[in-house]
Amino acid sequence: MSVYTLTIDGKDVAGSDGQTIMEVAEENGIDIPGLCHLEGIHDRGACRLCVVEIAGSPKLAAACVTQIAEGMEVTAHSDALLEYRRTITEMLFMERNHVCAVCVANNHCELQDTAEDMGLTHFDLPRISPKADIDASHPLFAIDHNRCILCLRCVRVCDEIEGAHTWDVMHRGLDTRVQTDMGIPWGESPTCTSCGKCVQVCPTGALFEKGRAVARGSKRRRPFLPWMKVVAEERGL
Amino acid sequence: MSMPDGAAPRPRVATVWLDGCSGCHMSLIDLDERLLEIFERADLVYGPLVDVKEFPEDVDVCLVEGAVSSEEDLHRIRMVRERTKMLVAFGDCAVTSNVPGMRNPIGVQPLMDRAYIENVTLAPQVPTRGIPPLLPTSQPVHKFVDVDVFLPGCPPHADLIYTMLDDLLSGRVPDAAGARFGR
Amino acid sequence: MSDMPAAARPVRRRVITEEIAEEPPRATAYVCEAASCLSLQSHDITVRLGEVVADAGLGDVEIKRVGCLGLCAAGPLVEIAETGRLFEKVTPDAVGPVVAALADVKQTDVRAPQGPFFEKQLRVATENFGRVDPESLDDYVERGGFEALRRVLSDMTSTEVREEVTRSGLRGRGGAGFPTGLKWTTVAKAQGTQKYVICNADEGDPGAFMDRSVLESDPYRVLEGMTIAAFAVHATEGYIYCRAEYPLAVARLRSAIRQAQRAGYLGSGIMDTSFAFDVQIRLGAGAFVCGEETALIASIEGRRGTPRPRPPYPAVSGLFECPTLINNVETFASVPTILRKGPDWYAAIGVGKSKGTKVFALAGRVVNTGLVEVPMGMTLREIIFDIGGGIIDGRPFKAVQTGGPSGGCIPADHLDTPVTYESLVELGSFMGSGGMIVMDDTSCMVDVAKYFMDFCRDESCGKCTPCRVGTTQMWMLLDRITTGRATGGDLAQLEHLAAIVQRTSLCGLGQGAPNPVFSTLRYFRDEYLAHIEERRCPAGVCTIEQPAEVMA
Repeated sequence: MSVYTLTIDGKDVAGSDGQTIMEVAEENGIDIPGLCHLEGIHDRGACRLCVVEIAGSPKLAAACVTQIAEGMEVTAHSDALLEYRRTITEMLFMERNHVCAVCVANNHCELQDTAEDMGLTHFDLPRISPKADIDASHPLFAIDHNRCILCLRCVRVCDEIEGAHTWDVMHRGLDTRVQTDMGIPWGESPTCTSCGKCVQVCPTGALFEKGRAVARGSKRRRPFLPWMKVVAEERGL
Repeated sequence: MSMPDGAAPRPRVATVWLDGCSGCHMSLIDLDERLLEIFERADLVYGPLVDVKEFPEDVDVCLVEGAVSSEEDLHRIRMVRERTKMLVAFGDCAVTSNVPGMRNPIGVQPLMDRAYIENVTLAPQVPTRGIPPLLPTSQPVHKFVDVDVFLPGCPPHADLIYTMLDDLLSGRVPDAAGARFGR
Repeated sequence: MSDMPAAARPVRRRVITEEIAEEPPRATAYVCEAASCLSLQSHDITVRLGEVVADAGLGDVEIKRVGCLGLCAAGPLVEIAETGRLFEKVTPDAVGPVVAALADVKQTDVRAPQGPFFEKQLRVATENFGRVDPESLDDYVERGGFEALRRVLSDMTSTEVREEVTRSGLRGRGGAGFPTGLKWTTVAKAQGTQKYVICNADEGDPGAFMDRSVLESDPYRVLEGMTIAAFAVHATEGYIYCRAEYPLAVARLRSAIRQAQRAGYLGSGIMDTSFAFDVQIRLGAGAFVCGEETALIASIEGRRGTPRPRPPYPAVSGLFECPTLINNVETFASVPTILRKGPDWYAAIGVGKSKGTKVFALAGRVVNTGLVEVPMGMTLREIIFDIGGGIIDGRPFKAVQTGGPSGGCIPADHLDTPVTYESLVELGSFMGSGGMIVMDDTSCMVDVAKYFMDFCRDESCGKCTPCRVGTTQMWMLLDRITTGRATGGDLAQLEHLAAIVQRTSLCGLGQGAPNPVFSTLRYFRDEYLAHIEERRCPAGVCTIEQPAEVMA
């Protein structure tokens, strides 16, 4: 495997063939924000928070999907990039109906964290305020589309890790929604294994576990699958 | 609070409570003993915490809690803006409309129907007398008037409020570091 | 040894064009049966003409169904082949003058000039328009069809084909203008045993109908172009991705593919060589973004039609992760002529880096709406005023919108600009696929920008944040401006947002979406300001709400 040397923000770094800019940056302690990126599932370059400049290229590249090359000069942080990222974060807040104060993920939310990192203190862009639904038909979990940022981590983890492919996407543009099994209620899904991976990977409070109060949706200390099984047994499911 | 002879006039601070839960004012009270220090350096001339009926002229700093939701709110915020040098959007409702804004996708009429008609068994009616009409949507303060400082948080932590007031009273530009939406 | 295996060389030859036994007709009437005229019952005219001619005993007259005659505004059209006389707005009940003209045709007749609409055009991709029957393979072959393919398969190596295409200077006619020869070479050199050729017929720009016309009027040409491309890049399978909203184009393509397969122009052993290539049609379900190549590929693969970041480019990893050549309909349609007449002939047309000809769909407030093909470098004024016949009712010209939702509006000051890929970009617009919407003083430019933003917002696939959210927010700001609710701050925010959407979006749809806003701001900023500061619409299009005091 060949090793490439490159610079990120002027720092000399090295990585192997096939690695992305995001991976190499992470290994070298350079933090590039990203909300659709999650280690372990494939990247899609969609949230656009991880856009970086590459010397010699007129276009911005998404760090999560751009593979490194020998001699690449990457700018991951600049005033312009910060401005882009701040605006994109603002767009995500304005797209649906995010109300941190009453959200189960309050203080456990990657969107909230991103806003803080960007120094985002208020929103100037027009608020879209769509009417979005909540599907609480599943016995353990619920989805509040008002808080979904369409990172599609749930779709990918369900497909690539759990192998169930319960989640997918429907409609387009602003009407895009994640859906379970061709749009049937989650609780009626014959393919959902109730593993909870989608809830675990959701960066916001869109996917949450029922019965958790505001700001009690911490995912950090939750043991993964075995614990979910215990809960299911306790509830007689 | 009388002024010592020869000293420069102390900055005049006001607070305003629009469509919010008063939690931001509670957080202000959480400054505890630091309140004494702040109001050694400034006068509190108006707000829910003092008994003054009219919003005075020549206010230096005004903390505005709450979103602009009714015609009364709009009238007040415009008046406050006219009489204030530094206007602070204080807390998430003032900054983003937050919880009051949750009604926005629903619309005023369905909202009123749900609250006062559909779930009422005895003489259902929408109250109108002596109550300012709601605006079509609840909006953050900066959608109507210019805002000088934004301090998000639900509520903003007392430490952040202290730092901001300290900065403002010392003539520094407040730094938003550490402020975040929600908690 | 060339890079094409010897097996692809001709094994034996066969004369395809058989002698036509019958006497050629003395007079021929071309009846346009492309979508525009067909929608005005031009097929009834064909039938009626046949009856009337038979009744009149004119046995030596042919009534022929042809593709687009070009001047769609005046349809249904009938042309007398020998004299070039064009009958406009013909109805089935009044075919008398046509029949009389047919009866008058003499052996000595020569085609008379038909006026600037036709004379100033130079037809390459559309050379058979209004001449061949789009559903007749024999007719296409008779007019030189498949000659280029024969030459390629019998006398050339794939390298030579690519060199000729490169030398012709042909660039992608779908919009971006990527050099076709370079693309072909990249695909040919890419690693992989299986390669694909895809024809992008998912034409979706508002006001654009070039590809539809080509497919409806001369479908074999596209198949020939694709087959030549397949030979040049070593592909064996091809797809035509055509939008389902083009039923006539699809029907004619289907018929063309079937006939070409039967006659040995598609399938295995093409033209009696060992070269094999076959084409399938895939129908798009109406998503504009599926015209973006990576979204188109995803759609053919049966997945959601959303773009993905490039690289890898389709030329390296495209359909089913195999090297894939994607070209637009018009690009493929230009190839047979280039290889028949030679790359130098083609390269001599046009100016600078923009060689050859370009098909434009003239639409909007222009007299001669229709389909035109002109040499690159012709000025906008010639296209709109000489060919297009100027503005309807003699009103003042205001702007021409080129390039669809990713393009821009060009004002009167720049009418003398020669049309090339580069000049249009310099003017803040874009060649695009070739839509040209002409506007007069009855158009409000802010409203135009809002229209295109509404289009982009509606057609955004929803994958990346800036396009999904940003286009809607830009539309909301434009809506505020056109209804008189905006402030100067909204205008500044619009420009800020436009810059970010352009810079950070994932695919060309999002990156190009702010262009109509940028170009209208560049040339018509005063109209924006009139809406915002004076609360009036100079063109009288927008309904401005008078400022109502919110306070009770």
